[in-house]
Amino acid sequence: MPMLKLATRTAYQTLLDAAALQQADERAAIIYVETDQPDTVITRADFRREVRRYAAALKHLGVKPRDLIIVAHVQNLESIYLFWGAMLVGAIPSMFPTLTEKLDPQIYMRNMGELVRLSGVRAVLTTDDFAPTLGAAVDCPVYGSNHLRGLIPAEDVANFEPHAPAAEEIAFLQHSSGTTGLQKGVALSHQAVLNQIASYSDALALQADDVVVSWLPLYHDMGLIAGFLMPLIQGVPLVLMSPFDWVRRPSLLFRAIHAHKGTLCWLPNFAYNHCARRVRSRDIEGLSLASMRAFINCSEPVRHDSHQLFLARFASLGVCEEMLAVSYAMAENTFAVTQTPLGQSVRRDIVDGLALDEARRAVPATPDHPHARVMVSCGLPIPHTEVRVAAEDGTFLDERHVGELVIRSDCMLSGYYKRPDLDPFRDGWYFTGDMGYIADGEVYVIGRKKDLIINAGKNVYPQDIEAIINTVDGVHPGRAVVFGVPDEREGTELIAAVAEVDTDDPAEHKRIIQAIRQAVASQTTVTLNYVHLVGEKWLIKTSSGKISRAANRQKWLQERGG
Amino acid sequence: MDETTVREKMREFIKRELIRDESYDLTDDEGIITGGLMDSFALAELAVFVEEAFGVYIPDPDLTVAKMDTLNQMVARVMRDLQ
Repeated sequence: MPMLKLATRTAYQTLLDAAALQQADERAAIIYVETDQPDTVITRADFRREVRRYAAALKHLGVKPRDLIIVAHVQNLESIYLFWGAMLVGAIPSMFPTLTEKLDPQIYMRNMGELVRLSGVRAVLTTDDFAPTLGAAVDCPVYGSNHLRGLIPAEDVANFEPHAPAAEEIAFLQHSSGTTGLQKGVALSHQAVLNQIASYSDALALQADDVVVSWLPLYHDMGLIAGFLMPLIQGVPLVLMSPFDWVRRPSLLFRAIHAHKGTLCWLPNFAYNHCARRVRSRDIEGLSLASMRAFINCSEPVRHDSHQLFLARFASLGVCEEMLAVSYAMAENTFAVTQTPLGQSVRRDIVDGLALDEARRAVPATPDHPHARVMVSCGLPIPHTEVRVAAEDGTFLDERHVGELVIRSDCMLSGYYKRPDLDPFRDGWYFTGDMGYIADGEVYVIGRKKDLIINAGKNVYPQDIEAIINTVDGVHPGRAVVFGVPDEREGTELIAAVAEVDTDDPAEHKRIIQAIRQAVASQTTVTLNYVHLVGEKWLIKTSSGKISRAANRQKWLQERGG
Repeated sequence: MDETTVREKMREFIKRELIRDESYDLTDDEGIITGGLMDSFALAELAVFVEEAFGVYIPDPDLTVAKMDTLNQMVARVMRDLQ
């Protein structure tokens, strides 16, 4: 079978036509890399055998086509086999973050319980440690690894009959990465995912000798599609590691690229700063990154200075400017919406920042203009995806006018799972909530329409964090505000919280700050970067009596600067 | 360098760079990561700082939340290898 490209698209019916399942030979499908452990090489034959064995175990549990299966596991090979095994029996898998040492188990379980109830989850698959507790908290069976392994046939299930889905059936769900509470399940059909991979592979000029290296979590669209499904479907080796491992030891990524001659790696913007600032020199001595075709910046606003920092630090390892590419992507379009051409420097647009903010126009400016702002292009839309810029009233705007980015494609979601009340489309277009403009056909993203914060690639809803802070003893209920602060050093938006309290007592202040930070850490996947306590009446309200995030952000920034 | 100097240098660095609040009264035994004062990215940053400030290289397997959650733990790890 040829690789999946637009020209060969009709040869593929469903995701089960994946090269890693269909061409069961000795070529590497997945190379799993861990700190201080030898690499684990999974050949395509191994992959196919393991997926079938896990599928047989799921069948034994009574899992049927269209059942929703949540894989809330640590990132490991088992979670991968379970995801594909579920698809093999026709079930709908969805990857979920597992409980970590910092999260409050009660909150995690409450959220999972809601998901189980509202989405009709058939079973949750998780670690042995966590299965009994979670099982007692949710209204569906929860299976740990040992239990499942006990049901796995000892040998390959060569005669396993996979479910034969129709192309338009839902293949899996992607739960958008919110901070707390219930997330919408983005339902993607086999057809949509294959369309995306065909178009995106053309945009990348993907080749059989590419090697994808990824530390990204599989519950996030970038990790799930670019760093997991695409390589397995295309038969391109996937060098994978755990995000927890990478975040503490960022050099692991470079060691993996060097050892396996990696060519493609997707990273959110903060990762460029994290690597440049926190990889220790002795950890990368003698490594070469010259095999790379592209580091693709994706999933949060791209900063030119982050690219420059990365380039300056790793040029001696063979990184060059032409390797720094950009993509704009979202789960609702399966993944990529745009991609800059590989092997070329990304186009930069210098505009008048004041005109951009106030007149909402991207007016070209010279580099020495007093308000010059460097915008980094996200590239052209990938084939079969259209991008337009819409005004508030939904009418389309011309080039260089700022508005909401809207998209239309053949790889969009089927809908939000079991949420018929939510129609993702308006006249066939998906309104992304991202603000931006188009110049010479290339898409430039400015930020979000609402107050959403994008912190290290994660979507953070300020109202979720404010609700948590409002429950902390000592904070005036309803008198807390949360906003994002762009940070050059970290290459992402940091999260700041300001809360009104009654007391001036330093010991009491410390207790409240600790309680706020602890509450947010244990109930969400993020950490507050700034916590500032203020006296009564500090917070600015709008004329309608609501606390204004923008005005308070401005006030806080001014007080800090002064 | 004696333990007190190491401790105070680390305390100052953590407050200034990682907690971003120099007025915060960071005690020796409070959980810095589990307490939500900094995230696990900060462990990598701490490793860079420790190498630059004290010439101590903390190997990857020691950079975990379990081993590096409090100032006491961090200082003990640095002192072990400090010449």
